[in-house]
Amino acid sequence: MNDMTKPLLSVRGLTLDIPMSNGTLHAVRALDFDLHRGETLCIVGESGSGKSLTSLAVIGLLEKNIRRNATQMNFDGTDLLTASKKQMRALRGNRIAMIFQEPMTSLNPAYTIGDQLIEALRLHKNVSREKARNRAIELLEKVGITAAASRLGQYPHQLSGGLRQRVVIAMALMCEPELIIADEPTTALDVTIQAQILSLLVDLTREMDVAMILITHDLGVVARVADKVGVMYAGELVESGPAADVFGKPLHPYTRGLLRCIPQPGKTERGAALGTIPGIVPSLIGDVKGCAFRTRCPHAVEACRDAIPERGEPPHKFLCVHPDGARAAEGEPA
Amino acid sequence: MSTPVLELRNVVKTYRVKQGLFGKPKPLKAVNDVSITLQKGEVLGLVGESGCGKSTLAKILLGLEATTEGSVLVDGEEIGEQNRLALARRIQPIFQDPYSSLNPRKTIADIVSLPLRVHNIGDAKSREKSLRETLELVGLPSRVLNTYPSQMSGGQRQRVAIARALIMHPEIVICDEPTSALDVSVQSQILNLLNDLRAEFGLTYLFISHDLAVVEHLATRVAVMYLGRIVEEADVADLFEAPRHPYSRALLNSVLTPDPSQGVPDTQLGAAYPNPIDPPSGCHFHPRCPFAQDHCKTTAPRPVPRKGGHVECHLHDPEGPMYRPDFTV
Ligand SMILES: Nc1ncnc2c1ncn2[C@@H]1O[C@H](COP(=O)(O)OP(=O)(O)OP(=O)(O)O)[C@@H](O)[C@H]1O
Ligand SMILES: Nc1ncnc2c1ncn2[C@@H]1O[C@H](COP(=O)(O)OP(=O)(O)OP(=O)(O)O)[C@@H](O)[C@H]1O
Ligand code: SF4
Ligand SMILES: [Mg+2]
Ligand SMILES: [Mg+2]
Repeated sequence: MNDMTKPLLSVRGLTLDIPMSNGTLHAVRALDFDLHRGETLCIVGESGSGKSLTSLAVIGLLEKNIRRNATQMNFDGTDLLTASKKQMRALRGNRIAMIFQEPMTSLNPAYTIGDQLIEALRLHKNVSREKARNRAIELLEKVGITAAASRLGQYPHQLSGGLRQRVVIAMALMCEPELIIADEPTTALDVTIQAQILSLLVDLTREMDVAMILITHDLGVVARVADKVGVMYAGELVESGPAADVFGKPLHPYTRGLLRCIPQPGKTERGAALGTIPGIVPSLIGDVKGCAFRTRCPHAVEACRDAIPERGEPPHKFLCVHPDGARAAEGEPA
Repeated sequence: MSTPVLELRNVVKTYRVKQGLFGKPKPLKAVNDVSITLQKGEVLGLVGESGCGKSTLAKILLGLEATTEGSVLVDGEEIGEQNRLALARRIQPIFQDPYSSLNPRKTIADIVSLPLRVHNIGDAKSREKSLRETLELVGLPSRVLNTYPSQMSGGQRQRVAIARALIMHPEIVICDEPTSALDVSVQSQILNLLNDLRAEFGLTYLFISHDLAVVEHLATRVAVMYLGRIVEEADVADLFEAPRHPYSRALLNSVLTPDPSQGVPDTQLGAAYPNPIDPPSGCHFHPRCPFAQDHCKTTAPRPVPRKGGHVECHLHDPEGPMYRPDFTV
């Protein structure tokens, strides 16, 4: 991690609006983030907070009804805002790879695993089938699939969910991507397989200097994998910073609330009441003013209805009217 | 010890599955000779990887699947085919997905009071009363009575599902992944609710979950399942502090606590996923077990008692050739 070097991906003021019958849904609002080579950014947050849309906006795969605006969106010198469809196709699956939660969104049921892996490489790189096949076997072994050569002739439906997701990960790595965007890649998997796949992804970022955006709602995954964390609530990045800071000294009341909701072995008492965040996420249709968390925040005051200042000491930033994000109010040193 | 509220004795469930289009159906033992007991007020956590038979076990308890062998006892009495309906009054389910388990065309009032009508309990007036009481119990305002599931949040829907289970005043609630489709901020509300209901009414739970931190939090006893067998069962503290079976240990190692000073743990498990139609010989876990020896390939380990349960692994069998009394984790 080196903040001196130029980031691989730099996003400023990303805003996503979706016209609906009853007004405009402000799904993502003024997001800023940077990602360097070898760095992993984890995005956590409530369901519907805009995590998946943010990643789709980066790779240009938003549905047509969604309006994207930003002041800057740059990938290693390429302006993603003005890039043509052809340029984006050349980046996707090549320099930028994607892994989605449901492996069948990335696999074609009509083709063998081998054909799909080989095509993934030959679509972007001028290599022989033989070479591509060897790389496919190498990567399948790397993701922990035994008897890899014999799997090449199998169809997706002949594999279990865990194996399919490994194939998708191998496919994402065929072209040696510089950026991996993984949206809940292990949510559907067992804990033991999840650990195996995550350690594989982490090793890759370290060994090959790959940058990764990992979207999840599992705070355990985030803590173990992230260099940087972004916490999203109702379309905004309400807190972001180095993982050790966000977990060690969470500032935003939502982040603090989230961490109290999960049972933490060794910390929470077995069977004791867990923290809760009562209430529901507000509608983001129409004008959104002030802090969207105020309806559920235990520290909300009148001023939370107005524009919210950005606070904190970069790189650890948060959005809240309280200068210390109510740490003091919750009885903790500032 | 008093009579368990629920007991499974040597239960086997065999499905017949076809491999390929023209293959002959082969037997698949989804539940393979399982015996468990549940005392009143206990929460038995059931964990294990996808496909190991947890939901099949739950369905047997709910009378949704018949056993192939073995018996199910409630308060010491064997449940036969004839009293399934009586069983359903005492054992109620809460399933994973609050989105698909609620009928979208029925109002919340209809959904929650349906069990009363099915079992022909009370008259319209007393049903209405039960309905309001139950909604209050799970923390839903009575104004939701005439709304539809689509108008509710995920947490509210799961409360509806819980209300539907509780309106029958069951003694036993079978929870199959009750919070895994929910945000953590909603999950904690539901877990607190389940805990409160247990304290207040002495409910007994079978609690199935992939999330071991949640199981550790809620359960009083834990059973670890692998390929249709309970390979280890113990009191919650014993299991989490001193897991004996190598698979339990791998499972616990995989738990990711939100501690940024630690990396992703090494499970030390091979990736040789077993085929349930053709399970490995000897100990079913041997192809992935870092401690397996030749004896494990030929001989199935027998259950050895431990506090609050048992463990099936040669390393813990004092009469076997691999016994290692020092093997704790
Ligand atoms: N094509 C679309 N048309 C209309 N609304 C959409 C569309 N795609 C997403 N949305 C809405 O935008 C919001 C953000 O969605 P997004 O999928 O990014 O959430 P998320 O944070 O990934 O949630 P989850 O954790 O549930 O995956 C949601 O309210 C969603 O309903
Ligand atoms: N109706 C059925 N017919 C044939 N096989 C079945 C049937 N139901 C389940 N099985 C098989 O029985 C085994 C156990 O399935 P079960 O659904 O009980 O697993 P589980 O432990 O609940 O898994 P998960 O964690 O994924 O929910 C699996 O191999 C499954 O494929
Ligand atoms: S019996 Fe052998 S293979 Fe099975 S868990 Fe014990 S050591 Fe491993
Ligand atoms: Mg998403
Ligand atoms: Mg299941």
